[in-house]
Amino acid sequence: MSFASETAKALNAGDAQGAPKAASAKVAARGVNVHYGEKHALKDVFVDIPEKAVTAFIGPSGCGKSTFLRCINRMNDTISTCRVTGEITIDGKDIYDRMLDPVLLRARVGMVFQKPNPFPKSIYENVAYGPRLHGLARSKAELDEIVVRSLRRASLFEEVKDRLDDPGTGLSGGQQQRLCIARAIAVSPEVILMDEPCSALDPIATAKIEELIDELRENFTIVIVTHSMQQAARVSQRTAFFHLGSLVEEGATDQIFTNPKDRRTQDYITGRFG
Amino acid sequence: MTQHIVRAYDEELSALSAKINQMGGLAETMLVDAVDALVRHDIAKAKSVVERDVQLDTIQHEIEELAVLIIARRQPMANDLRHIMGTIRIASDIERIGDLVKNIAKRVGVMEDRFLGARSLAGIQHMAHLVLGQIKTVLDSFSQNNPALARHVWLHDGEVDTLNNALFRELLTYMMEDPRSITFSTHLLFIAKNIERAGDHATNIAETVHFIETGQQLSGPRPKGGSSVFALTPSDE
Ligand SMILES: Nc1ncnc2c1ncn2[C@@H]1O[C@H](COP(=O)(O)OP(=O)(O)OP(=O)(O)O)[C@@H](O)[C@H]1O
Ligand SMILES: [Mg+2]
Repeated sequence: MSFASETAKALNAGDAQGAPKAASAKVAARGVNVHYGEKHALKDVFVDIPEKAVTAFIGPSGCGKSTFLRCINRMNDTISTCRVTGEITIDGKDIYDRMLDPVLLRARVGMVFQKPNPFPKSIYENVAYGPRLHGLARSKAELDEIVVRSLRRASLFEEVKDRLDDPGTGLSGGQQQRLCIARAIAVSPEVILMDEPCSALDPIATAKIEELIDELRENFTIVIVTHSMQQAARVSQRTAFFHLGSLVEEGATDQIFTNPKDRRTQDYITGRFG
Repeated sequence: MTQHIVRAYDEELSALSAKINQMGGLAETMLVDAVDALVRHDIAKAKSVVERDVQLDTIQHEIEELAVLIIARRQPMANDLRHIMGTIRIASDIERIGDLVKNIAKRVGVMEDRFLGARSLAGIQHMAHLVLGQIKTVLDSFSQNNPALARHVWLHDGEVDTLNNALFRELLTYMMEDPRSITFSTHLLFIAKNIERAGDHATNIAETVHFIETGQQLSGPRPKGGSSVFALTPSDE
């Protein structure tokens, strides 16, 4: 669904704003619009998401952060009333190409949700599920290795190594969330989408996830939605502010939080009425 | 400025600004009184200026404590963060102005009665008047959130330097004419230098106000009154 007109609009918009584009965009959105039935939830979004960096989406409730996040792995396809137009590319390839299998796309673009949602299975099985589904391991030994490596990368291995066969649902909230991150990275995705991954966690568990995100950005492109300005300021390199379905401002995180250009961004991050 | 959703946050920020205005008002009257004490050789007035300096220190500490509290409570961002950090800096600049004015007043106490007459004091009065104007205007720029006004102060800093250099040459002439005037003239040189440095702090405040309001540092060319003579004037107290 790459429309010539949309692309032309993208180029025009880029020119008009004279905005420099990020050097290496992993994900690029050009004129993305989303409707839920009659509701226009996302309006003409243009943004570049740089590779191997953390990009934070912030904005008031209902502004379309989750909607846009779900566009990036085509999760919106599963919502019958949802209609997405415009163009989203990963490495320059249109992800809404009809030839592209959404299941394969979701292996490349992993997702971590607000509430930790481990499968009602063992810790081991939670992580092994994806690699097995996508045939990433040829032997039990290889699968073991992927599971251990993923748990390590998610900074969870030390805490669960003696009870890999226990149910994942028996872990603490923070551990469950790290298990979900381990599950997401087990299939070696390129992009990881996180929708308020810490909102159900206490400050210590949150700090551990943030530390983990900082490590993961060496190898992954990460997009995180958060309602915590401090969290966005701490973990991300780029920040995008959404308001009423529009992308108002996107820029270096340091700039957005110390000297935002748009009045609406400033009012939002400083806790003022818009 | 639109208001915060949390009203107490606005109240805390206003309290911070009010304290700056309070400090500024104090420092201004101290400067007026110190110069007045000098001109009239009013030892009692000079003494009262010295005593008032401690109030500035107290308010400065209150500002620092309140700022730390607000940062801990509100995790300020963007213009709020710049405002709070800027307030801390401005308080310290005003406190320094107070110290410089106190030094002037102390000197009045130890100076023998006037020796040179009104001639030389006119220069000091003129300088003090200019610096007072700078301080007043820069504090207005702070309370009015007006970066253009801050820039104006910043641009006119050179005039004070020029006056200081002129005064230096004038006093030098007197000293050469009559060596008995050396002690008195030297006191005046130090006083002039103190006033000039108070003006420098007004310029610092202008830079801070501009940064608070715009997020940008003041930059660009500005007229500087300095010359080779500048290096010869007393540099510190
Ligand atoms: N499945 C859906 N069907 C209909 N409308 C939806 C659906 N999902 C979201 N919306 C609407 O789209 C808009 C954007 O929702 P979205 O969930 O993307 O917001 P958000 O920025 O993630 O908000 P929050 O911070 O509360 O999670 C909202 O007005 C919402 O009501
Ligand atoms: Mg959401």
